[in-house]
Amino acid sequence: MSDYLKDPQIHREIIMDHYQHPRNHHLSDDKTYHKAHMASESCIDDLTVMMKIDKGLISDVCFDGVGCTISTASTSILTDLIKGKTLEEAKSIINSYYAMIDLKELNEDLLQEAVAFQNVGKQANRIKCATIGFKAIEQMIKEEETHD
Amino acid sequence: MLNVKEIRKDFPMCVKQDAGNGKVYLDNAATTFKPYSVIEAVTRYYTDESVNIHRGDYDLSYQVSDEYEQTRKTVARFLNCEEREVIFTSGASASLNLFAYGWAQKFLKKGDVILSSEAEHASNILPLMKAAELTGATIEYIPLTEEGELTIEAFKGAMHDKVKLVSIAHISNVLGFVHPIKELTKITHEYGAIISVDGAQSVPHIKTDVKDWDIDFLSFSAHKMLGPTGVGVLFGKYALLDQMDAFMLGGGNNARFDICGNIQLKNPPFKFEAGTPAIEAVLGLKAAILYLEKVGMDEIEAYEHELKTYAVSQLKDLKNVILYNPHAGTGIITFNVEGIFAQDTAIYLNSKGLMVRAGNHCAKILVEVIKTSETVRASVSFYNTKEEVDRLVDALRTITLEQCIDLSIM
Ligand SMILES: Cc1ncc(COP(=O)(O)O)c(C=O)c1O
Repeated sequence: MSDYLKDPQIHREIIMDHYQHPRNHHLSDDKTYHKAHMASESCIDDLTVMMKIDKGLISDVCFDGVGCTISTASTSILTDLIKGKTLEEAKSIINSYYAMIDLKELNEDLLQEAVAFQNVGKQANRIKCATIGFKAIEQMIKEEETHD
Repeated sequence: MLNVKEIRKDFPMCVKQDAGNGKVYLDNAATTFKPYSVIEAVTRYYTDESVNIHRGDYDLSYQVSDEYEQTRKTVARFLNCEEREVIFTSGASASLNLFAYGWAQKFLKKGDVILSSEAEHASNILPLMKAAELTGATIEYIPLTEEGELTIEAFKGAMHDKVKLVSIAHISNVLGFVHPIKELTKITHEYGAIISVDGAQSVPHIKTDVKDWDIDFLSFSAHKMLGPTGVGVLFGKYALLDQMDAFMLGGGNNARFDICGNIQLKNPPFKFEAGTPAIEAVLGLKAAILYLEKVGMDEIEAYEHELKTYAVSQLKDLKNVILYNPHAGTGIITFNVEGIFAQDTAIYLNSKGLMVRAGNHCAKILVEVIKTSETVRASVSFYNTKEEVDRLVDALRTITLEQCIDLSIM
């Protein structure tokens, strides 16, 4: 873990970058993709996340919709993080992200750029935004596992 | 001219702000502050006259029942209608649902058309969608201008013989245009249809005259016009109320019933008021109307429009601000900051003590018209000042995406 990821200035730049140029920002017509539509009760964020799973491996993941900086950037970073990973790996990334949001522990190796959100947990009203994409992936993994 | 400085002394929330708590409230379309007179009317019920109405044979119940009916009289004067045409509900949403259940579901048939607009609040359009589903009627939408305004020409073009019900907001809660209700009503009646008006945003801000406009139904909430939460009104022309079904049955709405299931309901408005109402809120509504009448509805409308015009003139100079409704005639200012999501803008403004609303304002289908799903809405009331508008403009002058992000991640 490089030191530069500890700098709040860098955190802000990572989020700006992913908000203004979100990665994997499109949806797929492929019917074999899992799909999760997430609309938070605050009636504002409205994201759809899609994921293709091949033999336990996440071969593609993408998202689109309307979201604030925090929900868009966190979902964008997440798609980067889990693409090409196994379901087990993705689950440990998600759990470790939740532990960070709960202000419990910070696993920089697993979370990479997602460490930019290490203090979001201090703003209770933004936690929903910062976890919306993670909830979507979690939901789709569960769906895959119960179907097997 | 209003003496806003004096008016602010009547509102405890304003008094606290003026004592220096640093807050500016610009979410008056969501709900308004209450003056002391309303708060006193509510607490007086609990401290001095806390008994039920229309029931007891003792003096105090008789007295409170009388005060309750005095509110009906006050509302009738305020709207220019008869007392028996005023139904107390729990709010605008309840009024609109009562109308959709009691009239639309009862009288619409397959093939009939409900004419409405894409700027409607969910509380107006969703009950109508349900009525359409149950009756086989369809809903058609009057095309709006690019700024979201409903014009007479567009209305004439959309009107036809199959339309049996026109249902629109007098003032849109997102864009603040005042729709030409009197003309719309005249055309509606020429086609033999009836008109139901969502007055949630208009009754608090402009003078209402249901007789002059000749409208058939009107729904609104007390809490958006200085009154308590938990009470609203459905006005309906008496002949229509007489045919309409009650949404709730129970204590207070029936004249007699027997074990064979023969029920005889009371006449309107009591037919629609089963159960113990929010008595203290109804008493508070009277105090709210008396306050509005004292200030004067024409003065309120003029001043709020002046504040809005002032805000627009200031905001127009800011290159980063996109205004959606510069020409709307009421106190609603709908905008975005270039490159910043509406909710992030609202959170930034909150950090500066400014309370505004971000979202789609419960009018989800308006997206198609103004081509943006989320906006920030600042809405003024007559107790707001130019200095407060300046606070908003100053905050927007210096807002950056970096600051918005920092607020969430530091
Ligand atoms: C135009 C309009 N109609 C209906 C409503 C619903 O009012 P209430 O929430 O008081 O029932 C509102 C309130 O936001 C509104 O702005």
